[in-house]
Order: sequence, then C-alpha cells, then structure tokens
Amino acid sequence: MEIYARRRLTNKIALGLSMAAAAFGIFWLVAILWTLLYNGLGALVPSVFTLSTPPPGIAGGLLNAIYGSVVMTLLATLIGTPIGVMAGTYLAEYSRGNMLGHVIRFINDILLSAPSIIIGLFIYGVMVVPMGHFSAWAGAVALSVIVIPVVVRTTEDMLNLVPAGLREAAAALGAPQWKVIVMVAYRAARNGMITGVLLAVARVSGETAPLLFTALSNQFWSTDMNAPMANLPVVIFRFALSPYEDWQELAWAGALLITFMILVINITARFLAGLGSKGR
Amino acid sequence: MRNSSFSLTSGTAGRAVAGDASTGKPMEANKLVEKVSIKNLSFFYGEFEALKKITLPIYDRRVTAFIGPSGCGKSTLLRILNRIYDLYPNQRAVGEVLLDGENLLSPNIDLNLLRARIGMVFQKPTPFPMSIHDNIAFGIRLYEKLPRDEMDSRVEQALRRAALWNEVKDKLNQSGLSLSGGQQQRLCIARAIAVNPSVLLMDEPASALDPISTSKIEELIDELKSDYTICIVTHNMQQAARASDFTAFMYLGELIEFGVTEELFTTPKKKRTEEYVTGRFG
Repeated sequence: MEIYARRRLTNKIALGLSMAAAAFGIFWLVAILWTLLYNGLGALVPSVFTLSTPPPGIAGGLLNAIYGSVVMTLLATLIGTPIGVMAGTYLAEYSRGNMLGHVIRFINDILLSAPSIIIGLFIYGVMVVPMGHFSAWAGAVALSVIVIPVVVRTTEDMLNLVPAGLREAAAALGAPQWKVIVMVAYRAARNGMITGVLLAVARVSGETAPLLFTALSNQFWSTDMNAPMANLPVVIFRFALSPYEDWQELAWAGALLITFMILVINITARFLAGLGSKGR
Repeated sequence: MRNSSFSLTSGTAGRAVAGDASTGKPMEANKLVEKVSIKNLSFFYGEFEALKKITLPIYDRRVTAFIGPSGCGKSTLLRILNRIYDLYPNQRAVGEVLLDGENLLSPNIDLNLLRARIGMVFQKPTPFPMSIHDNIAFGIRLYEKLPRDEMDSRVEQALRRAALWNEVKDKLNQSGLSLSGGQQQRLCIARAIAVNPSVLLMDEPASALDPISTSKIEELIDELKSDYTICIVTHNMQQAARASDFTAFMYLGELIEFGVTEELFTTPKKKRTEEYVTGRFG
C-alpha cells in the first residue's frame, strides 16, 4: 500500500507543478490581452479606419497603415505560397531522401528560425540599395522571405501525413506522379496546407523589423508600390515611442487591431486543421 | 478445370501447361493459359534478399492465392507484378515476369500502361478524398475522355460489378470516406476494375473487414474470376481454400509448393506445406 500512496503523492506534485506552469503562461497572455483591450478599445474610434496617420496634435487614423499592411501581407503571401508549396512538395514527394533534399530541408530550418531583422537587412541590401529608395515592393518581398520557410515546412509535414497507401492506390491505377500529387495528395493534405499558409500570414502580419529596412513607413496615404508605404507594425513602433499622447492612443488602437486580426486568422487555421483531422 | 490431367508440383511449377499466352487469343473455358509467367524472380530491399528465385505460373481467369507466414514475401511478390515497388528507392527485382509474353521488369515498360492492365486492391481500403463517383471516374479519366453521361454509365457499371451500386446509387456525390470499411473496399475494387485491367492483384483485401464484408468480397472474387486473372495474398487459409483455384505456399522468400488449391490443402507434397496448412506452424 505504501508504494501506491507514494505514487499518488508523486502524481499530485507533478500535476500541481504542470498546472502552475500553465497558469503562469496563461496569466501573462491574459495580462497582455487585457492591457491591449483596456487601452486600445477606447482608442478604436471610427476615424481610425477613415483617416491617415496625422502629425501630432491633429485628428487622424490608421487608414494608410492598415492599407499598407494588408497589401504587403497579401502580396507576400502571393509570392511566398507558390514557392513554399512547390519546395515543400519537392521535399515530401520527389527528394526521396537524397542529398539535395537534406540540404534544402536543413537550410529551410535555418531560414525558419532566422531573426527577421537579418531578413530585413538582406532585402535592404539586394533591393533598397540598388533601387535607391525604400519601397512597398521591398517590404512585400522581405515578408515573403518569412512566409516561404513556414509554408515549405507545413506543406512537407502535411504531405508526409498522407498515407503512403493512398499514393500507392493512385499510382496502381496508372496515374503519373504529378497527378497522384495534385489530385490525391494535395486533396488529402489540403486543410493542413491552408492552415500552414494562414499561420504564415499571421506570422508576417506582425513583423516589424523587416519592414523598417524595406518599406519604412509613410506619413501620407500612398498606393505607390515604388514608394515607402505605411504599415501597422512600424507605425505602432514609432507612435508608441513618441511623446505625443494622441499618437500613443493610435498605437494602442493599431496594436489591438493586429492582435485581433492574428487571433481571427489563428482560429480559422485551427478550425480548418480540425476539419482535416476528422477526415473531411 | 480441377479434373484436368496435369499435375503441378513445386519442382515443375512454371512450365506452360496449355495454350500460348502470347497470342492473346480467347481460350476455351477449360484450357489453362499462362497469363503471367514468373521466372527466376529475386527481389531485394537494399541488400536483403526478400524473394529467392521464384518460378511460378499465373493462369488466365483463375484465382491464384499466395499464402505463407508473415515475412515470407507473398506481398512482395504481389507488389512486383504491377511494379508498385518502383515508387521506393533501393528496391529492385531480378529475373523475369512475363505478362502475355512481355517482360514487365524491362526498363522500357511504360509503368502507367502496365498498371492500367494490372489493377491492385490493398489491405487497407484506400478511397481517395473525393466523392464516390469521382473515386471511380479518377481512374477512367486517366485513359479516356468521356462525355458526362457516358462517364456516369461507366461508373455505374463498375459499381454494379463490385456489388456496391444498390448501396451507393443515391449518394454518389458523398465522400468515399463516408462509407463503411467493407463498402470502401468494394469501392476500391470497383475503382480498379473500372479501367478494365486484365489482372487484378489483391493484397489481403479482407483482413481489415468483418466476416460479413469478408464473405461479400469472397463472393465478388468468385464472380470476377470469369473476366479477370486474380492474384490474392491472404493470411487466412480458409479464405485461400474457399476462394482460389491455385495456391502458392511461400516461406522465407522461397516458393515451397505450388499447385491446385484442393490438392495443396489435402495432399501437400512438401512437409512444410503440410505443417503450415494444418496449423502446426505459422
């Protein structure tokens, strides 16, 4: 009996410790969200969506920054997704454990964890300096470099989860490999792959460092892809550090907006992933 | 054909018994034609020799069962016949496998066309993540471009042939994954025969199914053998005895005995076969 009492005690201690760890993590998360809601909700007035970023002391909003963030994130996704999906497909379906596959996978893992400021500096070097000015194009490309490794990884992982039996069954009907991949493997992995893209979107929509070196920001409304473009993260960065109270208010509003957007994207991704696990 | 005059022992298995397969002429019902001739076939997973010089005839429009304990190479043998092993690196076959006289191990063989002639059904049902209709149409579309109504009738024909039509005719647009295990397996059989192969390979097609679904699959096999040459791998000796005309008993990568099913089960010529079919090892 002695041994069972000890096991129960050990179990209680382990349970207590892990619950404490979970509570500690969740506490800070809730604290951040609450601070955001407390400070941001009041600042989230309609003019945030209708006016562009103002000089200090004048009424303004975040319209130009919202537009810039949406445009550059979308563009980055459009550039990064096809490249990521194709590279992930190569790794999962074609590389068959060869040397090139191992090398690409290794480099991709490094890229996945590369500090985003390094990516910003890299695009600064290859695009901004030769072009002679900051631009929205450079911003979108920098973000797409962050999208690619995320999509490569999730695409490969999701394709690897497709049972080999399914591919064999399609190949056994005489389907060429590309049809097996496009019509069977992609279908089976579709929800997981979309989840990967959405997670990549969530990841880049909050990135600040790569945009600081590429798109910079723009005080005014601009849709010119060849000019600097406003975006939420950099505007938040600048306004939050400023001494002006109305700028700080707008920074809170922007922070709340980004967080809310990422939350929605993540919930959508989870929902889709859940659909996938139930066998569609 | 069980009363025909030949006798097959493991020593002579592989010789042509009647007819000439390469002419491809339709044969009278009682004559045996070698549809597939396996000659001195060895198979390697990397360095490991999984099959050792197998020589074996597979007769046209008969059911041939491969039996033997786990790891004896019976599934490996089946997977050579449509060269599905080609999907994986480091696997190779040495020897000859003649399909209607043509060596299908030759590098010049078009694998997709080969697989159109030799269909396969797997142990676990493998419906594609698409509708029941599209599961069948997938294979047909690989070879033929049909107008819609013609495609629909081909799908119906395949589903009827696989004894599934009555159960699914009202839900052809539902996902193939919504069917029960036994239905999924019959869907896979329908999908395989929809492309009109002449040989059908079945890798333990009923081992994941309940007894009722199993008997349905066995009835189906009996039904299909008038049109198809069927090779079936099975763990279940009763199934082999019930469903097949010929049986090959394999052990550790070697063909121990091949013969008419009835004879192999009642008067086996090799001691190992006798021990296995009477359940003394396995």
